[in-house]
Amino acid sequence: MAALDVEAQPVPVRVQEPPLDGSIEPLQVRVTRKSFPALGGREELTVLKGVSFDVAPRSFVIMTGPSGCGKSTLLNIIAGLDKDFDGSINLGHRNPKLAFIFQAPRLLPWRTVKENIALALPTGDPRHALIPEMIQRVGLDEAANAYPERISLGMQRRAALARGFILEPDILMMDEPFVSLDDPTAQSLRELLIGLWNRRPVTVLFVTHDRTEAVMLGTRILRLAPGSATIVQDETVGLSVQDRTDRDKVLAEQKRIFRTA
Amino acid sequence: MAHVLTPSSSTLPVRKQPAAFAGTWVERLGWAAISLSTLGLIWSLAASLIASRHFPGPELVFAVLVREAQTGMLWTHLGITLARVVTAFVVAMLIGGAIGLLVGSYKTADKFFDSWLTLFLNLPALVIIALCYVWFGTTEATAVTAVAISKIPNVAIQMREGARSLSKDLSEMARVYGFGPWKTLRHVVMPQLAPFWAAAARSGLALVWKIVLVVEALGGHSMGVGHQIHSAFQSYDVPVILAYALAFIVVIQIVELGILQPLQARANRWRR
Repeated sequence: MAALDVEAQPVPVRVQEPPLDGSIEPLQVRVTRKSFPALGGREELTVLKGVSFDVAPRSFVIMTGPSGCGKSTLLNIIAGLDKDFDGSINLGHRNPKLAFIFQAPRLLPWRTVKENIALALPTGDPRHALIPEMIQRVGLDEAANAYPERISLGMQRRAALARGFILEPDILMMDEPFVSLDDPTAQSLRELLIGLWNRRPVTVLFVTHDRTEAVMLGTRILRLAPGSATIVQDETVGLSVQDRTDRDKVLAEQKRIFRTA
Repeated sequence: MAHVLTPSSSTLPVRKQPAAFAGTWVERLGWAAISLSTLGLIWSLAASLIASRHFPGPELVFAVLVREAQTGMLWTHLGITLARVVTAFVVAMLIGGAIGLLVGSYKTADKFFDSWLTLFLNLPALVIIALCYVWFGTTEATAVTAVAISKIPNVAIQMREGARSLSKDLSEMARVYGFGPWKTLRHVVMPQLAPFWAAAARSGLALVWKIVLVVEALGGHSMGVGHQIHSAFQSYDVPVILAYALAFIVVIQIVELGILQPLQARANRWRR
């Protein structure tokens, strides 16, 4: 695993305002109710109730809460993967480019790392030229032509990050993308994400149950309550870019936001 | 959370590579030579013991094979039969594949067509062949149609399993990243179906060529391996029957080893 971390140093912040497509309206989430029908003896399950919030463009919003509180469901609804709910989603763009980084990397196992990244782009898109640079940035130089099942999970997650970022999305959605990784690998991927996001700040919706991760990455934290989830806390994270790699500052902010032990 | 580690393997059929124990090409070829020459020896021994003109030894059969090859009859009949096999095979794979994908992807279609598939799967090839000739007459199209109809249910059922096992995770990924229908089919759906195609193709080839011979014998076609075997049967000319059967087995093995297996290996090269 050590070889993974070679390229994973935080990327220096380059001041560059990325061009964003369309208008810059806030993203609006209005989910009045989402329930799963009764199945196999289980009663009908309401997972979301009255979840309503706006997201300012280019903010990094964390959605957190205990397992089963409906955070992944909410993300799927916002991404348009789940259309069976009461309410409405307004992405704030006329034609938003979405990227979704799933809990499992969901790479195509029969395509190489490079091909997987390229497939996120339309054929003939000029950004194909940027793929080698992106592969280098996520530290996958040597694995570019490998099939996903032949590289480690950490490397697969890097490839999934690269696939999401190469698109230069307007909205980036991430569902616990660093879960089930060892600490150093997860940490290096978080730093990579901060670096990539600083280069090109886009609207990010990030689901996690890891509080330290939440504070380290997010500019705003939404806490969902268990049961029929509603938002119980909406907090702005008061950390600068530099603060985020400072463990003490992250922990202090975590204590302030979550208060509990 | 252990399932996260294997994003796709849980939803895809795991195929053990036969090469793992079969060893290198040379080794495999060596074993094939040993086992086939042993079989030939047993055959030769049995023939000399039985000493009947209805049980010729391999030497006689080989002599007939050489004779037929020299007159050119062998190549003509093999070519005609092979053309029928390939046509029926391609038609059956395409139509059966399309039906399988349809019923595997849509629950309503599956519920409706399930009993049709069962019915056609259990309809004897002989009945299909007889009815086709009665209804459509002795034409080339009838022969190919009869063979294809016999094979279509098998292909459809195998491809249905393939369609049912398509990964929902990867479909969602393709949707979010805006793959569109063509890109999804080529990069997401077809690779997942490849093992099912391969299985259907290999079992299909074996079935199709046997049915083609029956069709050729029954349909009164004047050409083809089936016709040759049928007319040899009428004069109890066993060496000719065996010579043509052997020749066609060799042809099918060449197709299998030279085309189907390399294609399958290529489709599986990403596997760990």
